[in-house]
Amino acid sequence: MSGRGRTLAAAARLGRVRLGLALVVLVVLVAVVGPLVAPHDPDAFVAPPSSGPASGAALGADVLGRDVLSRFLSGGRAILAMSVLATVAGVGAGAAAGIAAAIRGGWIDELVMRTADVLLAIPQVVLVLLGVAALGPQLWLIVLLVALANAPRVARVARGTALEIAQRDFVRAAEAAGESSLRIATHEVLPSAADALLVEFGLRLTVSIALVASVGFLGFGLQPPASDWGLMINENRLAITAQPWSVVLPVVAVGVLTVGVNLVTDGLSRAAAGLDRAGRA
Amino acid sequence: MRTRDPAVPAVPAVPAAEIRGLTIAQPGTDRPVVDDVSLAIRPGEVLALVGESGSGKTTTALALLGHVRRGARVVAGSALVGGRDVLALPPRELRAVRGRAVSYVPQDPASSLNPALRIGTQLDQVIAAHLDAPRDERRERARTTLADVALPHDRAFLRRFPHQLSGGQQQRVAIAIAVACRPAVVAFDEPTTGLDVTTQAHVLATIRELCRTHGLAALYVSHDLAVVAQIAGTVAVLREGRIVERGPVASVLHEPEHAYVRALLDAHRSVGRPRSRGTRGPAEASPAPAPSAPEPPAPEPSGAVLAVTGLVAVHGRATVVDDVALHVRRDECLAIVGESGSGKTTLARCIAGLHRPAAGTVTLDGVPLAPLARDRSREHRGRVQYVFQNPYASLNPRRTIGDTVDRGLVLFSDEPRRRRAARTADLLARVELPAGVAERLPEELSGGERQRVAIARALAADPDVLVCDEITSALDVSVQASVLGLLDELRRERRLAVLFITHDLAVVRSVADRVLIVRHGRAIETAATEDVFTAPATEDARRLVADSPRLDRGPAVPPPSSLLAPLQPNG
Amino acid sequence: MRGPDSVRRRATGLLGRRALLALLTLWLVSLVVFGAVELLPGDAATTILGKEATPGRLEALRRQLHLEDGIVHRYLQWLGGVLRGDLGTSAATGSPVTELLGPRLSSSVLLVLLAAAVTVPLGVGLGVLGAVRRDRPVDHVLGVGMLVFHALPEFVVGILLVLVFATQVLHVLPAVSLLPPGDSAWAHLDVVVLPAATLVLTTFAYIGRATRAAMVDVLERDHVRLARLNGLPERQVIWGHAFPNALPAVIQVVALQFAWLSGGVVVVEFVFSFPGIGAALVEAVRNRDVQVVQAIALGTGAVYVAVNLLADVATTLATPRLRTAAAR
Repeated sequence: MSGRGRTLAAAARLGRVRLGLALVVLVVLVAVVGPLVAPHDPDAFVAPPSSGPASGAALGADVLGRDVLSRFLSGGRAILAMSVLATVAGVGAGAAAGIAAAIRGGWIDELVMRTADVLLAIPQVVLVLLGVAALGPQLWLIVLLVALANAPRVARVARGTALEIAQRDFVRAAEAAGESSLRIATHEVLPSAADALLVEFGLRLTVSIALVASVGFLGFGLQPPASDWGLMINENRLAITAQPWSVVLPVVAVGVLTVGVNLVTDGLSRAAAGLDRAGRA
Repeated sequence: MRTRDPAVPAVPAVPAAEIRGLTIAQPGTDRPVVDDVSLAIRPGEVLALVGESGSGKTTTALALLGHVRRGARVVAGSALVGGRDVLALPPRELRAVRGRAVSYVPQDPASSLNPALRIGTQLDQVIAAHLDAPRDERRERARTTLADVALPHDRAFLRRFPHQLSGGQQQRVAIAIAVACRPAVVAFDEPTTGLDVTTQAHVLATIRELCRTHGLAALYVSHDLAVVAQIAGTVAVLREGRIVERGPVASVLHEPEHAYVRALLDAHRSVGRPRSRGTRGPAEASPAPAPSAPEPPAPEPSGAVLAVTGLVAVHGRATVVDDVALHVRRDECLAIVGESGSGKTTLARCIAGLHRPAAGTVTLDGVPLAPLARDRSREHRGRVQYVFQNPYASLNPRRTIGDTVDRGLVLFSDEPRRRRAARTADLLARVELPAGVAERLPEELSGGERQRVAIARALAADPDVLVCDEITSALDVSVQASVLGLLDELRRERRLAVLFITHDLAVVRSVADRVLIVRHGRAIETAATEDVFTAPATEDARRLVADSPRLDRGPAVPPPSSLLAPLQPNG
Repeated sequence: MRGPDSVRRRATGLLGRRALLALLTLWLVSLVVFGAVELLPGDAATTILGKEATPGRLEALRRQLHLEDGIVHRYLQWLGGVLRGDLGTSAATGSPVTELLGPRLSSSVLLVLLAAAVTVPLGVGLGVLGAVRRDRPVDHVLGVGMLVFHALPEFVVGILLVLVFATQVLHVLPAVSLLPPGDSAWAHLDVVVLPAATLVLTTFAYIGRATRAAMVDVLERDHVRLARLNGLPERQVIWGHAFPNALPAVIQVVALQFAWLSGGVVVVEFVFSFPGIGAALVEAVRNRDVQVVQAIALGTGAVYVAVNLLADVATTLATPRLRTAAAR
């Protein structure tokens, strides 16, 4: 079996990975299937604003009198799609830049690391808000900015891992055999760095979900009247005493999702480290 | 009969330490790591525990300190120190015994001293933990202990950090920490493995002296029979957790009874034996140069396939290779011998195009090679192949053995795809690997097998020159012998020019036609192999030969003119 | 051979290089912060005032923002102002940015310091505990607990705290941090408790996990095993032998968390309507108050760069190999 397959198989045997997967699947199901089973139009007025559970609105109505349950069931797709996109873009760009920096060295290394320094110096939320202040709350912009916030962290990890791998003798052997830098990156370094990058992907996904949800919560994500978990919390939080469901449901969903992803990630890193140790012994 | 120093006092009858019927199991393995081992060490005695890696020798030594590795479990037996079973002591009492009654000297001093603490602090912690003495007395004890192991003992030295010491000094500090509280028993775990031969000779002398003067009982763990011959009175040979033979060193090493011990000794001797060559190539036609003087480097030595002239290489600001010239002919093996840090590996990497030299040229059949491999032509890269020291690092762990060898064929041969699989199988068979190994990953192979794969990968390029960088130093001695045998066959069969880089003079004797000795980056002597052993021309070469441990010789006495820390005044 | 002199030169050179790099990074951050706002499509004045603004007001704002000048000129003007302590004028309120942010800054500093004072010892302590009790029940419970808190976004923790301590279950603490205008949080400590607790809960796990990893690594090293084989007391083995070697890693992670705190503060302050810099940033972004956004972004960047530089110095001091080279 390939190394990657074994890492995944070893991870799948860990209890915390199974629990994490179950949590993630639960939230993803709600987000994907939710809109299809929502009892009401999420934008329709069904009951007095911030009223409690009643007939017709199982969990009551939000500050604008819309059905809380329906809005919750409809509000997860955007967060999921945006954070996955931002993670894929951020990890891809960061990994490519980091590995290139490690293998080529010289000015490429300097350029990548200095760029990473600058991007790291601005806290992720502030970086996203800076862009939003300039161009307004646009979804593509938020995805781009979250990816940009992820990339330098991935680049550092990828560079460190690649540097460590690049000084092993099998990479020297490839150099002595005259393999090109690109082939060394893709055929010698990347396979050995893949476990570390997989773990990094999980970490970045957790951060991206939190960041996308936070931006929505601050009111700079999807704009009203869209139903979105972050926006839902933002709209209803001042009525939390009268109508807790409209805040608790999306808060718990985001919390369960991030915890689930983190549990899976931790399991992957344990499995990768365990295999690594066994391979060296 | 044991031949021993008459100064050693008569051995008392009561052992200082004793292991009885010790059996230690590790879950997940089918046999015990240590299997019914019994031994006893008397005060002043050095008992050597010899075995190859995985034989359970370190596990046995650690049992004397009541330490069992994470996950392992004592199934039966006891380890008595001063009459008490340390394996049965409660933690508090065990702590009181460790470092006080029995102590441990680890293999690698560089990782065994705490990099964050001063030498004085590390010594004082041990003394303070066991001796209820005021600060001044403790400091005095630290100083006398440092003097015992032939280290400086002024305040400045006590304030040093481990990284400010040489490897030999670090190991002496580790020994000082072990003997500071005057324990009755010390377990030495291959304490000289990382040291070069000269430093090793000094440290061994210090250990012998400590055992003699303090009446220490020493358990000396080693894989190296030659070192054991120098230090121990008694020897026990471990194999797969069992003691297969024991007795006085002289009789075990010269008249072994057990087949395994005989095989081990044979392997050792064959590595150190002058080689008898069958059909000799052109190298034989030209008689070895006169041994009395270093061979003048001829600008265009006749028949040389690879030649190096005026090679200089630097690491940062340090010059590690300084104006070295050499050449090697077809079907000839030139050994490049030097201690660690002598620049021999950098020299080899310059030849392979892995390190850019600061000056000098490398020529192949008279044609200069580009400094870096990536700038050389495919033909040039293929004709000079490099085999790395550590077979655990030189094969891509994610690629099957077959793919690794196949890649060499893709790069350097014109074989069409359909014939490559057969060629790969041929090459693997040629290095005596079983069929079916092609499908495996490196981690499923032993060290010796991996090194054979690395050789097969080099052969895939059909090279003229094979650069072998310490290719046997990571292997057990029995495996070493077979890999060296294979290398010798291949050289003859393919008329390879072999550059054999090593720190181990014993190995040189069995493989090399000529020897080039490097020291501090300079080539100090080049001569036919036997002449280096029988009539070394320079003082440095003489010392290197004298300090190398050998089976057939007692303790080497370091020359008084040594550059290193002084030992006892009158040997 | 390299002498101690050249080693020292390299070490002091290294710190000097770090300091220069820090300045360079800060300068580049200022370019990014200034440049980002220049991305505004069309005219900044139109964006701020909206399409219905009167030509007169637009003209006034353009003059106030110096939009007639070239971009390089405006950048230099802005940078010069920043260096003199003049952060410009808020377009939304018309008052100087420094005046606007002053009292808010002191509240935010209190919040961050209070959170740091709790989260650093808590994280380090739990990390060491986990490493020492490795693979035992305590370690497993701590491990899963830290994984959970490591994952949760600030607003999730903050809102759950509000639910438990300020609305649904108990009513012991204020849900929002309302202050009399002009007052700093230093005079009303009760409003700081929940925001600070949120920051602690979202950062201690990161420090704890990193400390545990560093300690597990160190505890497996030969010199720690040897310390035990030499019969040293366990407390000395852990705090005297192992911890000093884990310290550099811990310092780096604490520095990273400080930087994280200055970002987390934005969301946490918004959750509790805490009158600090973070809430001001959200407000300013909503109002397109460019000068305030720039000032705050640059400020957080400066904090990050300064903290990292300090961490590098501290790491050097905590690593004898570097320190002996630097100090002699």
